[in-house]
This record gives sequence, structure tokens and C-alpha cells, in this order.
Amino acid sequence: MTEPAFEPRIIGFLCNWCSYAGADKAGAAQVPYPPHVHFVRVMCTGRIDPHFVLQAFAQGADGVVILACHPGDCHYKEGNLRALQRHRLLLRLLGQLGIGEERCRFDYVSAAEGDKLAAVVGDLVKMIRAAGPLPVRPEQEIGRD
Amino acid sequence: MANKPQLSIYWAASCGGCEIAILNLHERLLDLDAAFDLVFCPCLLDTKKKDIEALPDRSIALTLVNGALRTGENREMARLLRRKSQLLIGFGACAHQGGIPALANLDPAGPLPAIYLEGPTTPNPARTLPLPETTVPEGTLQLPPFLGRVAPLAEEVAVDYFIPGCPPEPEQVWKALDPVIQGKPLPPLGSALGAGRSAVCAECGRRKREKKISRFHRTWEIVPDPEQCLLDQGLVCMGPATRDGCGALCPQVSMPCTGCYGPPEGVADQGAAMVAALGSILDIGPITGLSPEEIAARIDEVLGSLPDAAGTFYKYSLAGSLLKGRLP
Ligand code: SF4
Ligand code: SF4
Ligand code: FES
Repeated sequence: MTEPAFEPRIIGFLCNWCSYAGADKAGAAQVPYPPHVHFVRVMCTGRIDPHFVLQAFAQGADGVVILACHPGDCHYKEGNLRALQRHRLLLRLLGQLGIGEERCRFDYVSAAEGDKLAAVVGDLVKMIRAAGPLPVRPEQEIGRD
Repeated sequence: MANKPQLSIYWAASCGGCEIAILNLHERLLDLDAAFDLVFCPCLLDTKKKDIEALPDRSIALTLVNGALRTGENREMARLLRRKSQLLIGFGACAHQGGIPALANLDPAGPLPAIYLEGPTTPNPARTLPLPETTVPEGTLQLPPFLGRVAPLAEEVAVDYFIPGCPPEPEQVWKALDPVIQGKPLPPLGSALGAGRSAVCAECGRRKREKKISRFHRTWEIVPDPEQCLLDQGLVCMGPATRDGCGALCPQVSMPCTGCYGPPEGVADQGAAMVAALGSILDIGPITGLSPEEIAARIDEVLGSLPDAAGTFYKYSLAGSLLKGRLP
């Protein structure tokens, strides 16, 4: 019997003003991209609390992606810079917790870049497929009875 | 004497500092003694597990458990004391969120290889490891097994309240115990007793300005200004991500807060809170015209001066954090 193919579950936090509109654009233009990313729309990537990302992994997401307005284009001036700063720091923390960089991505997608959105998502899904499912803790980890 | 309510104090995976914290109550120990009959405390008394087993269920009025759950014995005692106690309070950082012992969760291989096989001062050519059961000519010896990871007390038993801190400050301990002794109404189950709800920064008297940090410093690298916020000066102070209640003791004497009171009320993860706080105050200089890669590199350069994010942000709360430790 063959194992069922691994279909990654990925959570995407997309800025309303750019990347989410970019995803709409990709949809409207019928640019195909894999369906594994569950998009969560945020008003700005600066709104993304690191808790959201940890919570996604704690609940079994195989990957997380944050898509922001290009540098200089954030509607709230520096929200995307703060998001990137938090992301770079979170990567260090995640690394120590056994979650590699390939599972937590940050990129810029504008409202016009439907093609880029599809490319980023496609690439991410490929990388996470290669990395495999997020390791899970054994059910009875602290109990032996 | 026989009809005083009973008190028990247990240590699980802990250092003994929580017992010292109780001793630090000083003359109030007399009040504690007047209110309770101490029936169990491995640090002080010779009563045994079988003595507790012999008690009727819920006959102990108050049990203070300090320490994280590290071994099968810790877990068994937690269950037993829960059954025998009316009120069970998690005492100190380790019972609350794992404390320092929970840093072991950064190594999923468990403690045995590091201690018995890799220790440079532990020659062990036969590679002998302690086992839960060992047969010797006289019979079978048993040791409590290690759990798969260090866990907070509440992961195994219902904990009515917790008193945070490593160790909890005497004033805070008394603020928590006094209402119990007086029979006053207690806050909703699960609350922190004797501590605040906000962050250490809220009770820290240091002068704060808009923070911009272009480099972090270790405590031994600079002599901090005595009045300015330590984080402003590039010392990694956990004040913004730590529950208040201690009176900002450490920053008062120019040591950055290391986070011993755990996350503030309503904050699930001290590491996430610290990433949020630090991520907002980095100063990477002007970025106009830089490529995305160059911006990321600038950030990494500043972050390079901050070693061991997990050990710093989760010094006392790894077991209680969202990911509980390093994934296998
Ligand atoms: S960061 Fe530290 S020194 Fe600064 S206000 Fe907060 S507790 Fe005080
Ligand atoms: S300042 Fe921080 S580390 Fe120091 S006692 Fe208070 S909570 Fe604990
Ligand atoms: S508005 Fe798009 S990242 Fe801030």
C-alpha cells in the first residue's frame, strides 16, 4: 500500500492593501497556484503578532507565510519593516525550537503582482513538501500510562 | 492542634529556593504555623508518601507544590496531593510554566546522554545509563522514569491558583496566603495570586524614552546609566513581556529583568511577546534604496548581538509556552 501523498497545510497572513489584492488579481486572471495556503487577511503585516505564527505551528501548520507591501509602500509607513524585524527574530527562536526557516517565509507581493503571488506560493508548497510534515509530539509524551 | 487545618508543601523538579522563599516570610512564619498544621514537606519533615496515602481524600486544606514535572515520581505525587487537598496552589515559576528545569525541553534527546555519555568529566566507557529498572543479585531496583519532556503542574492536575516568581517574593507570598488563611473570597480559579496583571515595565521607575536599539549588550559589556530604562540602553530586559508584582526588583539594581514572573495576564507566550516588543524597536538606520535582501541583512546584523533567543525569552516559561519546547 502506498502512503497517501503529503499535502501541506500552510497559513498565509496577507496584507489587505497589497498581497491580498494580489491574490485576488491572481484569482481573477485565473493564474493557477496550489490550494494549500489558507489566507488570513490582516490590515497590515505590522498587525501580525508573533503569537499568531506560533499558534499556527502549535496547531499543526506545516508552514507559515507572511506577505507584505513592498518596502516603502506600507500604508502605515513602517508596518512591513516591523513585521520583517519580528520575523527575522522569530526565525531565530523557531530555529531553536526545531522549526527551520523553510517553514516560515516572508515576502513582498504588491496588488499588481498576481503572478508573483502564484510563484511564491508554488515555491513555498514545493519546499514544504520536501521538508515533510511538521514533526509532532508523541501523544503520550509526558505520560506512560 | 489536631483540629488546625492541614498544610502540605511538596517539591517536584525544583531547586529548593521556593522553600527558602517560604522561610523568607520571617515572623509571618509564626502566623502560618498558627493557622496550619504542616503535615507534609519533604524538605523539612519525615512524613512519607504512605502517610499521605493514608489520609482521607480532600483532608489537606492547602497544598503548595513547587517545581516542574520532570519524573514519574513528580507526576504521581502531584496526582496524590491533588486528591488529598482542597486547595492546590502551584508555587513559583517552575510549577507555573516549567521554570529553569524546562530549558531541558530544548534538547529532545533528554538529559541522560548529555550527563552520562557526553560529559567531559564523566568517563563512562561502558556507556552505563540509569534505567527505570535494574536487576541485581538482591532483587530489582527501581528509579522513577523521566517524562518525555518537562511539563508545568497544570498539565497533569487541576491547579486552583498559582503564585508566580523565581522564587516568589515574600510580600507576594503573603498577599496570596493571607486571604486563604482569613477565609476571604478568592479570585476566580486559575488566577495568579499575589501578583499583578500588567508588565514589569508598569512598576519600573526607570526613565523611558522612545526606544531605538542598534545593538544589544550583555550585562557585563556596559555599565548602565542608573536612571534610564535598561532596554533603551540595549540590555535585553524582559520587563515588557513579564508579569508585574515583584516591584521591578532587578531593574532597580541595574540588572535586566529575566522574566521570572512569567507572561503578563492574557499573554499566552512570553517568547512571542518579547519578539513583538524587540521587533518594534530595532534601529537599522535609513533603508531607502536598499534591496529587500540588504534590509534583512541589516536586521540580522543587529540581531547578531542577541545570543540565545529561546534561552533568554523562555528562561522560566518554556514548558508553558505554545510550542512547549523543541519539536522532536
Ligand atoms: S524594559 Fe526593563 S528597565 Fe525598561 S522600563 Fe521595562 S522593566 Fe524597566
Ligand atoms: S524584575 Fe523580572 S526577573 Fe527580577 S524578580 Fe521581577 S519578574 Fe523576576
Ligand atoms: S499596509 Fe501592507 S504591509 Fe503595511
